[in-house]
Amino acid sequence: MTRLRIGRNRSAGLQRPPAAILAIAAIAIAFFALPFIGLLWRVPWGDAWSLLTTPSSLTALRLSIETSLWATALSIVFGVPLAWVLARYGFPGRRIVRALCLLSLVLPPVVGGVALFAAYGRRGLLGDSLFDWFGMRLPFSTAGVVLAQTFIAMPFLVLTVEAALRGLDRRTEDAARTLGASRWYAFRRVTLPAIRPALIAGAVMAWARALGEFGATITFAGNFPGRTQTMPLSVYLALESNPGQALVLSVVMIAISFGVLLSLRDQWLGGSSTSGGSR
Amino acid sequence: MAFQVPKLHPNALVAISFLMLLVFAPACGSSSTTSSTAGSTDSLSGSLTVSAASSLQGAFTDIKAAFRKLHPDVNVTINFAASSTLAQQIIAGAPVDVFAAADEATMNKVTDAKLLSGTPTLFAANSLEIIVRKGNPSKIASLSDLSKSGLIYVTCAPEVPIGKYSAQVLQKAGVTITPASFEPDVKGIVAKVSAGEADAGIVYSTDIRATKRAADGVAIPANLNVIAKYPIAAIFKSGNNTAAEAWIAFVTGTAGQSILKSYGFTSP
Repeated sequence: MTRLRIGRNRSAGLQRPPAAILAIAAIAIAFFALPFIGLLWRVPWGDAWSLLTTPSSLTALRLSIETSLWATALSIVFGVPLAWVLARYGFPGRRIVRALCLLSLVLPPVVGGVALFAAYGRRGLLGDSLFDWFGMRLPFSTAGVVLAQTFIAMPFLVLTVEAALRGLDRRTEDAARTLGASRWYAFRRVTLPAIRPALIAGAVMAWARALGEFGATITFAGNFPGRTQTMPLSVYLALESNPGQALVLSVVMIAISFGVLLSLRDQWLGGSSTSGGSR
Repeated sequence: MAFQVPKLHPNALVAISFLMLLVFAPACGSSSTTSSTAGSTDSLSGSLTVSAASSLQGAFTDIKAAFRKLHPDVNVTINFAASSTLAQQIIAGAPVDVFAAADEATMNKVTDAKLLSGTPTLFAANSLEIIVRKGNPSKIASLSDLSKSGLIYVTCAPEVPIGKYSAQVLQKAGVTITPASFEPDVKGIVAKVSAGEADAGIVYSTDIRATKRAADGVAIPANLNVIAKYPIAAIFKSGNNTAAEAWIAFVTGTAGQSILKSYGFTSP
């Protein structure tokens, strides 16, 4: 689209938006940039390294990375089949099921945490059975953190993968099937490679969301150092007792998220244009 | 000739302005006096922001209703959170008029930051109680029962007043427990025990009363108990100092004190 317009212009690359739009956009950029600049300005850089390497920070960091990776793995294992069913398998009430599976995307995470209690808590629908069968208590446990993160993060992957599957040209799969490939083989060797960019993008987004999860985690899993106190919880609680540490941990989270978004841009654009376009 | 016309205009303008002043100024004056007399039934107006400790939620909500009857033009907003959170918000510049904390140490942080317009006044006291699940299924009778194996005990971080107090109580009783969670504020403890996900915690007596029997309380003997004293103070930067002082006077006055008593608070 842009390229066409540039072609019509006398000098290429001088397709500048009107000054008013530029000015408003500049305000919007400042609106997003200023809080982060302010945060960087407030960070006690001299003590940054020592604050970051305190045992409590490192414990929270380690726990966050572990739980968010678990949540990402679970999101892939369960989310890809879910996305496939939602994209390809027409069944009555699919729209309702789809809305249900994406509900936690728009729900306040605290509500998600309360809902998790209602299902997996001690007095929840499955709580007693989980304990009787597996001796497992999810609230106040690391597994509970993973559960809460997966609950909140998986929709990101499902949405991304579902969109890619819908945009996929099914003729390649049909060709594989007519050539004798089983459904499973066609899925594994044709569909999956085709949606790989979207799958990676979805997984990265789910991971970033799991890493930042706060509301459902503190509601459902509580807050205990080394067991359920992830980075966002640690930042929130350190704000009162140790603002410097909270700021340093915030910067680490921002750096990770920023890196994810920078890498995601290429992934996502490249992915959607190749898998979504006609090949 | 040509000069006379413009000369006339300024004179005419001055004359007209003068006439207008003569005609309208008394009217303006009278209208402003009438409006001020109309408002003098209650001189207080504007908005009032109160930051109050979570444990004051019930009592201050009632006090707000009673205060509004007296001063209908004051728009009261109350922000309930852990005292430590509120103190940190005030120190960070939150536009707050009155701060009511659950302990003196937290108030001191704000005092030290030179953000108070006066000295804090103690207005209530609260003792601690063990909160247990409804009907006390874990059969907790004393502090030492809290260390039973398999019992899920939740508390707050030591930075939060209730976390500090409960640690003091347990220390006095010689009980050591590993909590399942350090909740961000006292509401977190109450919520988790009321929901039946945790078995016990130590909270203010008033918190247990506020659950309306969703959880039960087990008394802590006076020699082991910690009495929390609640200070209240107006914030120096308040945009509405008169309303702030009126609020504090109301809370420390008979009407406010009787509401606080009905919620289980005692006088300091």
